[in-house]
Amino acid sequence: MNALISKVITLLDTEPWRLVVWVVIIVSFAALNAAYLVWVERKGAGRFQRRPGPTEVGPAGLLQPVADGLKLMSKQLLAPAGADSLLFRGAPLLVMAPVLMSLAVIPYGRGLVARDINVGLLMIFALGSINMMAIMLGGWSSRNKYAVMSAARMVSQNVAYEIPMLLVVTTMAMVTGTMDLNQIVAQQSGAFWHWNLFRVWVNPLMPVTFLIFFICMLAETNRAPFDMTEAESELVAGAYTEYGGMGFGVFFMAEYANIVLGCSLATVLFLGGWQSPFGLLPGVTWFLLKMYFLVFSVVWIRWTFPRTQFYGLLNLSWKLLIPVSLFTLILSAGTIKILRALS
Amino acid sequence: MNALKEIYSGFKSLLIGMRITLGQFFKPAVTMQYPHQSLKMSPRYRGHIELVGNPETGKPRCIVCKLCEKACPSDCISLEGVKLEGDRRKSVTSYKLDFTKCSLCGSCIEVCHDGAIRFSRDYNLAGLSKEEFLIDLVARFQAQQAEGKAQIGNPKSEGRNPKAEVQGPKTEVLAEPTGETAKAALNPTS
Repeated sequence: MNALISKVITLLDTEPWRLVVWVVIIVSFAALNAAYLVWVERKGAGRFQRRPGPTEVGPAGLLQPVADGLKLMSKQLLAPAGADSLLFRGAPLLVMAPVLMSLAVIPYGRGLVARDINVGLLMIFALGSINMMAIMLGGWSSRNKYAVMSAARMVSQNVAYEIPMLLVVTTMAMVTGTMDLNQIVAQQSGAFWHWNLFRVWVNPLMPVTFLIFFICMLAETNRAPFDMTEAESELVAGAYTEYGGMGFGVFFMAEYANIVLGCSLATVLFLGGWQSPFGLLPGVTWFLLKMYFLVFSVVWIRWTFPRTQFYGLLNLSWKLLIPVSLFTLILSAGTIKILRALS
Repeated sequence: MNALKEIYSGFKSLLIGMRITLGQFFKPAVTMQYPHQSLKMSPRYRGHIELVGNPETGKPRCIVCKLCEKACPSDCISLEGVKLEGDRRKSVTSYKLDFTKCSLCGSCIEVCHDGAIRFSRDYNLAGLSKEEFLIDLVARFQAQQAEGKAQIGNPKSEGRNPKAEVQGPKTEVLAEPTGETAKAALNPTS
């Protein structure tokens, strides 16, 4: 029996099967996360506002995502007259695909990674830009003034926040000396003071770097208080105005999948990935705990702060985040140089 | 230096905001789950009028003097009665209230010197047709009596009784408006 199981496992680890298994795992991970993060979001919103949140469908509203999904799937797919129907239909797919691809290089546990490539960090950020372009295409192709306004806002927002984000990631690549996410996690083994978040001897501003990364992640995933893309109280539903049914559903799944990806990346880069904070029992549980804590913080921030004004958002990036992240980049470059010269 | 101070104080205020919302997160919910629970209406709540029963006979106190009909500014009350044998006074046989016109002014109740009508505390009054608001109060009284919920008693005191059993169908009273939850709802910061 054991021999059979190990044989099956070895078979599943060989090439065509390994691919199939990981596709199934990643797609279901992303889809389940998207569905149940909507539930978490609504429950969280309820709790922060001292309401119970969804309670009617299933125990504690747990079947609410299923009901929402069925409702969205039963809607007719409509493209507005005069819209570029190919781009209009393609945009939700273009939003979803890069996230799923990026999830393939995240190390969830020891050896638990779909594709162990040595430039994982680079790949995630290369694919990350497609996401923004796809939302822009969706807004532009739907031939709706609110959607175009939202798309224009979003492009300037994402350009503004991509810069500090990439500066922070460059800092991390310099500090760790690698773009391989597995190696970055391996460097942070041991207790929590080995985490990159507390590597203050290289760069005393490391916690600030983490904060900048987290803020940029919120802006890149278009989450409140930076949800200029949707801005449901000003721009109808922003870039998603003309989308109904599952087209809209896929945009939202992609938004939540992006949050999971961003939080996973923050966990890997700063919080030691699947390493345990006390050096005991490292594993996938620690990864999920840290990741979901960050996801909870995202919900927490959304229901605490109002949406920023547009110039406030750009001011924050250009006047604060970019100079500070440039400073941390130069500071850690200098420290690394000095440390190398000394040793 | 000023800029740094601004960043520091701004960041601090963000953290304070997050602390406050997290505090609220762990406090109990204050909303009333309406179809499953409902608030008890205050004693002064003005629902549509209803007939008051006589505790001795178990019948409506109304003697069909028609003062309420005359007092009504919107002409929404019409009632009829008969003089039963052996009775000194008339008994009400039909008391029609056209609630579509009623403005809940209470003139009928003020003018009634037998204390035979009063405001109900019924507020589950949504309907799909106009006819649903042409209420037959005698039929309503009899139905309530059959359920054992009839408004029997001295209306001069009972009419102000906050514990009167007037609730809509299928609802369960879980809290009173003066209770802890309502107070918390009014002062969410406390």
